[in-house]
Amino acid sequence: MKIDLTDTTASKINKALVQGRRAIGTPAVGMVLTLVIVTDEENAYDALKAANDASHEHPSRTLVVIKRVSRSPRDRTQSRLDAEVRVGADAGTGETVVLRLHGEVVHHAQSVVLPLLLPDAPVVVWWPVNAPLDPANDPLGALAQRRVTDTYAAEQPVRELSARADTYTPGDTDLSWTRITPWRSMLAAALDQVTCEVKAVEVEGEEFNPSCELLAMWLADRLDVPVRRSLSGGPGLTAVRMATNTGQIVLDRADGSLATLSIQGQPDRAVALKRRETAELIAEELRRLDPDDTYASALRFGVERLNPSLPVPEPEVAPKGEEAAVEAAAEASAPEAQAEAPVNDAAENTAKKAAAK
Amino acid sequence: MSSSNPLRDPADRRLPRIAGPSGLVIFGVTGDLSRKKLMPAVYDLANRGLLPPGFSLVGFARREWQHEDFAAEVHDAVKEHARTPFREEVWQQLIQGMRFVQGTFDDDDAFERLRGTIEELDKAQGTGGNFAFYLSVPPRSFPVVIQQLKKHGLADQTGGSWRRAVIEKPFGHDLKSAEELNKVVHEVFGSDQVFRIDHYLGKETVQNILALRFANTMFEPIWNRSFVDHVQITMAEDIGIGGRAGYYDGIGAARDVIQNHLLQLMALTAMEEPASFDADALAAEKTKVLGAVRLPRDLGRDTVRGQYAAGWQGGEKAVGYLEEDGIDAKSKTDTYAAIKLEVDNRRWAGVPFYLRTGKRLGRRVTEIAVVFQRAPHSPFDHTATEELGKNAIVIRVQPDEGVTVRFGSKVPGTSMEIRDVSMDFAYGESFTESSPEAYERLILDVLLGDSNLFPRTEEVELSWQILDPIEQYWDKNGRPAQYASGTWGPVEADEMLERDGRSWRRP
Repeated sequence: MKIDLTDTTASKINKALVQGRRAIGTPAVGMVLTLVIVTDEENAYDALKAANDASHEHPSRTLVVIKRVSRSPRDRTQSRLDAEVRVGADAGTGETVVLRLHGEVVHHAQSVVLPLLLPDAPVVVWWPVNAPLDPANDPLGALAQRRVTDTYAAEQPVRELSARADTYTPGDTDLSWTRITPWRSMLAAALDQVTCEVKAVEVEGEEFNPSCELLAMWLADRLDVPVRRSLSGGPGLTAVRMATNTGQIVLDRADGSLATLSIQGQPDRAVALKRRETAELIAEELRRLDPDDTYASALRFGVERLNPSLPVPEPEVAPKGEEAAVEAAAEASAPEAQAEAPVNDAAENTAKKAAAK
Repeated sequence: MSSSNPLRDPADRRLPRIAGPSGLVIFGVTGDLSRKKLMPAVYDLANRGLLPPGFSLVGFARREWQHEDFAAEVHDAVKEHARTPFREEVWQQLIQGMRFVQGTFDDDDAFERLRGTIEELDKAQGTGGNFAFYLSVPPRSFPVVIQQLKKHGLADQTGGSWRRAVIEKPFGHDLKSAEELNKVVHEVFGSDQVFRIDHYLGKETVQNILALRFANTMFEPIWNRSFVDHVQITMAEDIGIGGRAGYYDGIGAARDVIQNHLLQLMALTAMEEPASFDADALAAEKTKVLGAVRLPRDLGRDTVRGQYAAGWQGGEKAVGYLEEDGIDAKSKTDTYAAIKLEVDNRRWAGVPFYLRTGKRLGRRVTEIAVVFQRAPHSPFDHTATEELGKNAIVIRVQPDEGVTVRFGSKVPGTSMEIRDVSMDFAYGESFTESSPEAYERLILDVLLGDSNLFPRTEEVELSWQILDPIEQYWDKNGRPAQYASGTWGPVEADEMLERDGRSWRRP
């Protein structure tokens, strides 16, 4: 059921929520969290749909905060709050309130949201687009245990990654990181299958996709070897190649759904690695609400430390057309023909340089 | 293996527990359990990304099938019964490792072919020699399959690989047969390589008993004889024996359900806090409490068995047990059993545990009800509390998983009147609507070698020690009471509790 409220207040919205629950006959609420979605009118529909789907796994009260753009000076001085309260079948398994903020109240959204939070339950804020640069110090972000951003939706994803690293506060997280969980899981499973030492890694994927950088940084951070980020036409991530002392391990996904895992000396295997819907990403994100230290560590590794100057030991099947991009990003310094052993030292040198900047 | 893997980190909680390289061999793959539960569970695991790349599924049955026929059968079973949506790419991953071996259990050639298939899969799919054998076969075939596995070297673990056996209930039909079965199995597989499936233990709600009791402070202080009046554990089915006459007749409700499911639920409800949540510590506590179970002195007074008679069940006419196809009209098999047990330890002395199970009862439900004593003193007069029952915590295992707390509350109005109300926590309301099926969890645990949720040899034998005297008494004395289908069991069961001044909950 739906209740529309025009020019209203948080306490009237609370009343409407109770009224809605009574009307559909379920006065008890088992909702486990409050999800606050901060968005513009354009993205509200998709975000809410994803949140409602995710609510089948995590029943929640969803508050959609839509900041309306004022088009005249008079609009800006007037302040108005409109709300749409949905309970029952219209709201997934929880409750939804769509809040439309006009005029001055746009800058005081937290005053509307605070009284509508569920008692005791954790709060998650999600910005599908236009996330603040410092989510933890945003007035809405400050209310939350968990702050979900999405660098994929940013104008300059890679630059935004660096900014996120600078302002990282425990509880921050990024859907671009959530997107690569299946990849990380499969790569870890691949290393379960063979005992080997990884010497170098290449992560290949489309341009402007920060998931590739995050995956590369995670690998570099965990394995402590040089990691090269190379470009392909997508979709999304297309391949990860690990050069090891026992041969190559390649996870290759050309079509965005079915990947092939090749390990030298073992048969090739098909692996399902489908690109996931936003609803699935949000559902994963809501599964754990404690700080994600692995993400923090990968993020802080730093984009600039990827693509170290040394050439990666050449893979047998070198994909074409990516060399140039890598070369441009790399600092050309070390002699070409260097053995495998000093690779680590070189990576450390690069790291020190990066840190000194 | 994974300890040296630099990409694994305990702090990285997003990465799921993926089984290592392995395969699953199902004997009796054409059976109902395999089609309705096992195959869908394997697919659901693959769909959730929890199976290793190259995971292989081998079917073994008498039917004349090619690999493709088997794959088509799995495909249909998955489409019909899987919990998660069907996705082509997941199917493509699975189908590469699907094989079928045709043969009977005494056919040496077939087991040689099975060995060849496993070796071929190690090469083609990289399963590394790690295989679990799921025996979804009638109990009389257990020994021959186990022996065949031994004879053809299929149970040998070489070079760090593992071989595991998964067996389903019934684990024998009394203590003696259970011991024999255990001997047969353990001759071939080590005790840590045998996984006994009690699918109740794979259910989220059952695991939640431990969370409820040991992760909270508010329940454990009252979880003892000072506050608890009695405990009722119920597993009711609304169906009859269906087509299982051959299996069921002579076994009966007590052996089929009480021996495994209900005694396991009782052990989890009554046991002390384990030192840790690992398999050894859990088994130690469960064994302790099962060892402390004491039977009633007068078995005729404190046990009841029954048979469903013709009647109406949920709007449908149902025939009585003795009129079912394939059942001897003089059968004494129980389709309903209720027993009273006590636990002789400091926590529970004097608190009766009433266990009941039956077919063709009011509705399908499994629950554990811990019923508390009345308040020792009430400042309210008798009329005010006339409608007030005893407080209770009810753990609903299935369906509609959750926990209900019942307590008294004032009825709105001018007079003081107190009545029972329920406070409810429903799993589906607070967590996922789509919590994993018990079999998913259990198959994954087998592949991971995690035996937390599997009853051990000692537990099985202790359970038979509890049930055997009751079965022997029933054999010698009287006949099962008749109860109309669609009711909550024979009146004798109600009288049994009435004598103790209590009554059965209507679940």
